[in-house]
Amino acid sequence: MADIKTTTLPKNVQVGQPQKKGNMFKVIGRLLSYAKKYRFLFGFVILLIVASSVLNVIGMFQIKTITAYFGEIKDGKAVFEYAELYRMLLIMGGFFVGATICAYAYARLMLMLCSRIMKALRDEMFITLQKLPVKYFDTHAHGDIMSRFTNDTDTLREFFSQSLPKTIDTVSTVIATFVMLFIANWALALIVVAMLVIMLTVVKVVGGKSGKYFIKRQTEIGRNNGYIEEYIEGQKAVKVFCREEKTVENFDSINERLNTATAKANGYANILMPILGNLGYLFYALIATLGGVLVLNGMATPSDIVVFLPLMRNVTLPIGNFSQQINIIMMAVAGAQRIFDIIDTPHEEDNGYVTLVNANIDKNGNITESETRTGKWAWKHPHHDGTLTYTELKGDVRFADVSFGYEENKQVLYDVSLYAKPGQQIAFVGATGAGKTTITNLINRFYDVPDGKIRYDGININKIKKADLRRSQAMVLQDTHLFTGTVADNIRFGKLDATDEEVINAAKIANADFFISHLPQGYDTMLTADGANLSQGQRQLIAIARAAIADPPVLILDEATSSIDTRTEAIIEKGMSELMKGKTVFVIAHRLSTVRRANAIMVLDHGRITERGTHEQLMSLKGTYYKLAQGLYELE
Amino acid sequence: MIKLFTSCIGKYKKYAIIAPIGIIFEVLFEVLIPFMMNYISDALNAEDMTALLSIGGLMVLFAILSLICGILSGVTAAKASAGFAANLRKKLFLKIQNFSFKNTDKFSTSSLITRLTTDVENVQMAFMMLIRGFVRAPIMIIMATTFAFATNVKLALIFVVALPLLAGTLILIISRAHKRFKTLLKVFDDMNAVEQENLIGIRAVKAFVREDYETEKFVAISERARDAHVKAERILIFITPIMMMIMFACVMAVIGFGGMMTFDDSGFDVVSLTSYLTYTTQILMSLMMMGMILVIVVISRASLTRIKEVLDEDIDIKDDTADENLIVSDGSIDFSDVNFSYSGDSDKNVLNNINLHIESGETIGIIGATGSAKTTLIQMIPRLYDVDTGSVKVGGHNVKEYKIKNLRNAVSMVLQKNVLFSGTIKDNLKWGNENATDEEIVEATKAACAHDFIMSFPDGYDTELGQGGVNVSGGQKQRLCIARALLKKPKILILDDSTSAVDTSTDKSIRESLKKIKGITVIIVAQRIASVGSADRVIVMDEGRIDAFDTPQELLKSNTIYQEVYNSQMKGAQQNG
Repeated sequence: MADIKTTTLPKNVQVGQPQKKGNMFKVIGRLLSYAKKYRFLFGFVILLIVASSVLNVIGMFQIKTITAYFGEIKDGKAVFEYAELYRMLLIMGGFFVGATICAYAYARLMLMLCSRIMKALRDEMFITLQKLPVKYFDTHAHGDIMSRFTNDTDTLREFFSQSLPKTIDTVSTVIATFVMLFIANWALALIVVAMLVIMLTVVKVVGGKSGKYFIKRQTEIGRNNGYIEEYIEGQKAVKVFCREEKTVENFDSINERLNTATAKANGYANILMPILGNLGYLFYALIATLGGVLVLNGMATPSDIVVFLPLMRNVTLPIGNFSQQINIIMMAVAGAQRIFDIIDTPHEEDNGYVTLVNANIDKNGNITESETRTGKWAWKHPHHDGTLTYTELKGDVRFADVSFGYEENKQVLYDVSLYAKPGQQIAFVGATGAGKTTITNLINRFYDVPDGKIRYDGININKIKKADLRRSQAMVLQDTHLFTGTVADNIRFGKLDATDEEVINAAKIANADFFISHLPQGYDTMLTADGANLSQGQRQLIAIARAAIADPPVLILDEATSSIDTRTEAIIEKGMSELMKGKTVFVIAHRLSTVRRANAIMVLDHGRITERGTHEQLMSLKGTYYKLAQGLYELE
Repeated sequence: MIKLFTSCIGKYKKYAIIAPIGIIFEVLFEVLIPFMMNYISDALNAEDMTALLSIGGLMVLFAILSLICGILSGVTAAKASAGFAANLRKKLFLKIQNFSFKNTDKFSTSSLITRLTTDVENVQMAFMMLIRGFVRAPIMIIMATTFAFATNVKLALIFVVALPLLAGTLILIISRAHKRFKTLLKVFDDMNAVEQENLIGIRAVKAFVREDYETEKFVAISERARDAHVKAERILIFITPIMMMIMFACVMAVIGFGGMMTFDDSGFDVVSLTSYLTYTTQILMSLMMMGMILVIVVISRASLTRIKEVLDEDIDIKDDTADENLIVSDGSIDFSDVNFSYSGDSDKNVLNNINLHIESGETIGIIGATGSAKTTLIQMIPRLYDVDTGSVKVGGHNVKEYKIKNLRNAVSMVLQKNVLFSGTIKDNLKWGNENATDEEIVEATKAACAHDFIMSFPDGYDTELGQGGVNVSGGQKQRLCIARALLKKPKILILDDSTSAVDTSTDKSIRESLKKIKGITVIIVAQRIASVGSADRVIVMDEGRIDAFDTPQELLKSNTIYQEVYNSQMKGAQQNG
């Protein structure tokens, strides 16, 4: 797609932008809306998380009751009885078992929810992609789209399975603990409040710094990966020019920048936990001391201290854990934003209402719609006044003064007019970037032009439903794309309900049957990603067979410029000419034989048709085409 | 791992040492703090306020010291691991730069890229976890257990039961989860493949209106991924509840047995119970941490293996023994009895018994069908691959006698797959010669018919090329690559199908200007018969052998392959007169 590439935006690695607060909550809210379908289950999960932490806190609080019981004295004697202790331990155990069961249950349910939500997001993204215009794919790096399916959904997995439960857990544990602490001893509880305030401040300051450097680090990673990708891909060129040293030298400086950013980001992330943990110990020491003072003053009992210390860790540990989640949450929000960006991209617009139907055509040319395949097709055209007309699908294509640009201020085509009658072959000739591919992009509405400029069987092309329009055409592209699956599957891509016989027939038309039957498993041979185990020529033959099985009245061919040896070329040529029989063909020509066969040749230069006519006419014109042809014929 | 570590840590060694030491002290203080509770309790029993306050003060001091050690180790661990990763990346990058073509072919470029990026990240993560967590957790367990024993031996027996129990379940869970996670990764790979194919083939999908078909395919594999995900994590989620269960059991045991002990004469009291409860959390948490780290280490082990594969790869083209001062004196080339196969297996020879002599200054064309080993043949000249048997001589000396740099500076090659790098046009051209003057650059671009189109850009020679040169067309790219190769002022210039996207007339004028350069041997590999027709002599390759080597006129008379190609490409011309 050289034509488009020149206008493509730089395919930079996208880096997560710092999120604004309001936006962040919006994104999280939207993420959670995916749980709406399971709102009862989701509510139940939240309930379980809260129950687990509350039961945990109450269980821990039993320590106070039990230790207090140890110190209870009646009539100068300890009232201690084993039976009573067992009973108390049993109650404590009951809370703990409850907390554990709730913890398992919420994790299991959350897993189910999380995997469903992730699948929903993935599917929605994929479905959206199928509906996006070709322009989107021409202007976005594939690697970047792919990373939304991999990295970004993965951060969401962590968000749902870790961050979200931990956040709820932290909040409910901290609240429950506070209630318990205030019940136990309000004076000591106030110290814990002070501690909490300090801790949250630390999380905010250090976590904020860490987040800032993590984003910076992401940028550096992008730069680093970009450099690595470029120079590993081009490694052979580096070697041929002996540029190894220089390449490594440049890498060094980029690598060093990543190193610094990583050290900073991880440094802040690494100290958050020790600071929080040790603040916890600091308060442990303070509470032990002050608690001791209170005990000596008779304002507290030893059992207060005993219960306070573990409960206090109940506050510090979840906050510590939560602090580790901040980066994940930030990354998840950035990831979700990128996923929503795809989902929110406007779909390929299609206001077409003229559809393609099976038709019966009688001797007088009257067309009636048919339920079953008749081999004949017609355009079904509903009009404003409610009437229906049928037009036979013939493959008549007309351009009237078509101008077009991929971007607003960069025109690619200027006033292109042409007509192709059914069964005619139109060849486009011209330099790279002259606009050849662009014209074919308009015929199948990969890109749209203003109303009425292009007519297909006399119908304004913009009125035809895109899917039906494309069904009436077949493309064989320069870069042949095969899919993982068998050879037969790949041919059948052109007509999903084709029988085995039809597949073999199509392969025969394309001249591909011979080599396919010599493959290890014939038509059932599995093709790996993009047909890498076939030669380029063979892949093209399969693509031709794919077009042959679809058997539409209009064909768009982009001849491969890549080097194919003469013998293979002859085979492909034979396949192509068989395929072209009786069809309207638009071909971007690179071969003399193709051009000679064409009914009309359009010579394109910088988006304008500068010459048109048959080979003979153009030769006698002695213009650009003549010169081009001279170039082709050179070597006297 | 250790070997790799010592070789990559370099100047970050001090950080790698400080980090664990800091952690040891941090842990020591952390464990001391609850131990002090025993003295608090004594002070409480003695109702001694001064003792209470001084012990309390000491505890606060310990906490502050622990904080300092913690920060120190956190910062140094980050520095050490980031530095380690940087060194590792550099080492890998350097190694790959030194790879021969054969080495590079063995690994695909995409796999090399993943090794340099994702795999290094994984190892870095594991490294940081190791120097912090794997020091911290065992020391914490040892110290906390020791102090627990020091406080009360009988009660410490609880840990003797709990520890192996928890460790055992963790190992069981992790080992079972590992297998399922491997399956999960495989399914994710498959899913990505479907997605990637769809992206690459989106035009085919749209042209054939197969959006629904593709969606069905994706939804099916997406469901498989969901299923594998649930299966893998279903095991992991047992960790938390089991951990909670054991911890709760320990708490209850400590309270129960410890409580009873407060009534015997062991001197154990209610306050000492709290330090015990703290030890319980410390020990079990540490064990959990070890489990988590194990998971990460297991994941990173796969990455580590992949990195080591690259580092351990033998570079097969070496020039250690070559003479530094030997330079290529002229552009003559000799092949004698050359055999070569990419696999090293002589049954699969790609080049068979090649003998040829090319005079300095000749223009040589090479034609032949795809797969006839044209590219392979010419790659022997700048020693991009080494012959299996026989010898290749350039300028009268075996290519192995030259330093690779000296050889390749004299043999300039334009690859079939042209590569330009991000930077300006001028930057890219200067690859040929770092010190080229503007005049020299213009001279080269004019010879390659590139000057005019470069000047048509608003920024001329300072035009930025995107990654891979996306801002220029295929033909323009090829011409820039030829100009770049010419700037080297080579003795031998090899064009490997380098004008396929250039129109025929430009192709012709490039060839003409190359002919004007004095004393340079030009080798042109081409599919177009026109491209080799003006050569002094043409090599016809057929299945790894030289079928003929003669002037084009002679070949047209006598060589059937040449005639066949000529006729198929020229038929139209003759008919047309």
